[in-house]
Amino acid sequence: MFSKEMLKLFLEGTAETFYMVLVSTLAAYLIGLPLGVVLVVSEKDGIRPMPGLNRILGILINLLRSAPFLILLVALTPVTRAIVGTSLGSTATIVPLVIGSAPFIARMVESSIKEVDAGVIEAAQSMGASPMQIVMRVMLPEAKPSLTVGAAIAITTILGYSAMAGFVGGGGLGTIAVNYGVYRYQTDVMLFTLALLVLIVQAFQEVGMRIANRIDKRKK
Amino acid sequence: MEQKEIIRIEGLTKRFSGKNGEVVALENIDLSVNEGEIFGIIGLSGAGKSTLVRCINLLERPTAGRVFVNGQELSSLSDKELRLARRGIGMIFQQFNLLMQSTALDNICFPLLLAGVNKKEAEKRALELLEIVGLSDKKNAYPAQLSGGQKQRIAIARALANEPKVLLCDEATSALDPTTTRSILSLLKEINERLGITIIVITHEMRVVEEICSRVAILDASHVVELGSVQEIFRKPKTAAARRLLFPGKENGAAVGIGERLLRIVFDGMTPFEPVIANMVLACGAPVNIMFANTRAIEGKTVGQMIVQLPESEEAVSRIEAYLNTQNITFEEVKEDVL
Ligand SMILES: Nc1ncnc2c1ncn2[C@@H]1O[C@H](COP(=O)(O)OP(=O)(O)OP(=O)(O)O)[C@@H](O)[C@H]1O
Ligand SMILES: [Mg+2]
Repeated sequence: MFSKEMLKLFLEGTAETFYMVLVSTLAAYLIGLPLGVVLVVSEKDGIRPMPGLNRILGILINLLRSAPFLILLVALTPVTRAIVGTSLGSTATIVPLVIGSAPFIARMVESSIKEVDAGVIEAAQSMGASPMQIVMRVMLPEAKPSLTVGAAIAITTILGYSAMAGFVGGGGLGTIAVNYGVYRYQTDVMLFTLALLVLIVQAFQEVGMRIANRIDKRKK
Repeated sequence: MEQKEIIRIEGLTKRFSGKNGEVVALENIDLSVNEGEIFGIIGLSGAGKSTLVRCINLLERPTAGRVFVNGQELSSLSDKELRLARRGIGMIFQQFNLLMQSTALDNICFPLLLAGVNKKEAEKRALELLEIVGLSDKKNAYPAQLSGGQKQRIAIARALANEPKVLLCDEATSALDPTTTRSILSLLKEINERLGITIIVITHEMRVVEEICSRVAILDASHVVELGSVQEIFRKPKTAAARRLLFPGKENGAAVGIGERLLRIVFDGMTPFEPVIANMVLACGAPVNIMFANTRAIEGKTVGQMIVQLPESEEAVSRIEAYLNTQNITFEEVKEDVL
């Protein structure tokens, strides 16, 4: 159906997309996970209340989250250039991907941890657990299945963002879809790229759910 | 007999300020618990029982008053000292509160690891504890694979891991069926006797108190309204709150038949239960209507009580009273509202 060069292009595009998405997800979790934990812990009735910090973080996260990703992508160009040296290509796209998804990951982590039974946390407190021990030994392990589902959602969302970045030369499958489908009217290329993206989203989602189900010991 | 007190509560008041104003959960509570006893705190829902027990390990900070455990005033401690002190106070809960993603063994290791015990040592101790609670074969099971009673046993093992002096039980059997309740209660009793751990049992069920407690405090509307030995309170409840807890079957609304007057007959372990009423009826030639009956073994003695409706005839009533007097059976006339 496609020429050898086209197939090579798809392959490279897919590899680039994977690279962007995986590195971004990892980096976004490095920021989002601790942020999410701090959001829960510092709440008014949290295990280490810090209402001021909680408020500021909440506002900051909401601000970032309310900006549509495409706008963030453009607005962050100077930042990206300062960090990577260019605003084009897959490595450059990692910057807005991380900044755009870390706040939303923080919120997802927050809600996963909040699902942990308050009684279990209380039991740990009654045994003399410190806030740090509660985070590391109770909250995170107990929230693991939910965090895994969250990670699957995060990764697919970031994949979607990365495709959007194709419009501004972000690299990966998104760029192929835009270059061939939008600018050259090669609908077949666009559709094929789309199919690849859908397939990848499906795969991540499915794998994430399965892992979550498997590690969840609440089910017999 | 001089007894050492292990918990002393002085002038404890706890208020919660919520959206719809202030709630007084506890007001000016004074209480002390002796080392090695099983102490019951009983009260209806909302009386403040959970709040009281949570003030003992400071999961809840008292608004006023002081709590001493093991000679330490907990509210004067720093966070770090408090965490250390809490290791000496085990706690179990109605909902068990086990780590759902950890095995039974890991749940029991948990408090040990918190305390800095190394993994190997912790596992060794956890296995011993599993043995004590009779669940050695379930060490690799997750809580979701265990029954309620088994989960509570794991929770008990976990609470005992750091060798506490005191064990707090907040409605520990309220989620369990009667048979399982009995087995958990006898486990607690065994722990109390074997390890000498002081146990505080919070409950709204009289039968729990009857079964294992030596002393009991009745909590009603934020106050301790009665305090004493279980037998004492069981025989002569002084307050309406105590009577409400003693006769939970009120809603069974027994039919009013023979007369209006009610007599409460108390069995203190001296007399066998059944024949007394039968003999009385035979001896007096007058029928009575049994409205409520409840007998149990308390600390080896059979203790129970019964509310009977007296015959209409004054003469028959005095015959019955005379008969009971000759048998040395305690009785008192009571009002309808005890039922
Ligand atoms: N965190 C809280 N905030 C506000 N009010 C509270 C809080 N905890 C308890 N209360 C109130 O304090 C009172 C006593 O509650 P507590 O839980 O101690 O009762 P309880 O005797 O344990 O009842 P139950 O048998 O239902 O468990 C209730 O009126 C309750 O609404
Ligand atoms: Mg309660």
